[in-house]
Amino acid sequence: MSTQAEQQKQTSNALQPGTTAPNFTLRTTPDKSVSLDQFKGNPVILLFYPADFSPVCGDEVSLYNEILPEFQRFNAEVIGISVDNIWCHIAFSKHKNLRFPLLSDFEPKGNVAQKYGVYRKNDGVTERALFLVDKDGVIRFSYVSPIGVNPGADGILKALESLPQSTEQKRDTRT
Amino acid sequence: MMELELTLPVNSNRDHVQGPQKAPVTLLEYGDYECPYCRQANLIVGKAVQQLGNKMCFAFRNFPLTQIHPHAQHAAEAAECAGAQNKFWEMHDILYENQQALEDENLVEYAGVLELDMPRFQDDFYNHTFALRVREDFLSGIRSGVNGTPTFYINGMRYNDSWDQETLTKTLRDIINEIV
Repeated sequence: MSTQAEQQKQTSNALQPGTTAPNFTLRTTPDKSVSLDQFKGNPVILLFYPADFSPVCGDEVSLYNEILPEFQRFNAEVIGISVDNIWCHIAFSKHKNLRFPLLSDFEPKGNVAQKYGVYRKNDGVTERALFLVDKDGVIRFSYVSPIGVNPGADGILKALESLPQSTEQKRDTRT
Repeated sequence: MMELELTLPVNSNRDHVQGPQKAPVTLLEYGDYECPYCRQANLIVGKAVQQLGNKMCFAFRNFPLTQIHPHAQHAAEAAECAGAQNKFWEMHDILYENQQALEDENLVEYAGVLELDMPRFQDDFYNHTFALRVREDFLSGIRSGVNGTPTFYINGMRYNDSWDQETLTKTLRDIINEIV
């Protein structure tokens, strides 16, 4: 019971739709950093996950990797974030043949996850959480999944479709 | 993402099905021919089909995770090519039985074993006639909450319980007993 209550509490801590997404800059390789604001103008999907190489995360990142063409229809970028270090990310990325970047929320550990309200202090890892940030940097969808459950992609796809001025919709009205 | 309902209902006009479509229980699997768990699941489902006979309908849709399983897409297309010649399930079983040998030349060889019309098979296979169909299966899975393979739906709702032989067969049998 207490764990369930705790989970509820943690869920409610996640930044909610309508909130401006906190900017961040994190490393993805030894000599490359990625900032959220460099994607302004396009929707961004933030995929927080507990750890590289754990079975469920594996499925989750594989799934998102596989659906990339669908996200690209909305010009959306996908970014994975965990507290693993960059070397671990590089190995995991290679192992899974990932075509989207994994960022390392490693030092100070979990700092970005904390800003988004999805850090599990007791475990030292991030929640399994999804955010959709729109082209103006505002969170339009947020979801925290039970830690062992792959959240899938139907929710995020629906959220992308319901973005008011998605690039695709604009294109449609022009033709 | 908490909606666990199948967005594209099983329909024998588009789907590959075993058993009567009006059976009390319809089991749908989203699977990948290169996934070891799916291979295991295929044996389990096969036994359930044997035991429950025409009380159940089994359907299979493709969910190839192509980035981790480099042969999965072509294997799925090969099954569809065989399906176009009414040998989907025969190819389906051969693919799982030979999961370690899914190169293109293996797939063509299996078509030969099944005595398919080879010029037609090769034409369909090398022209990727069914690539879009496989993608359609995949996207229907995404929309229905498939997160990995195998994922099952029973009478249109996602099945989240264990799919070991005992649990799966019992679940199906219980539904049949409830309805009949």
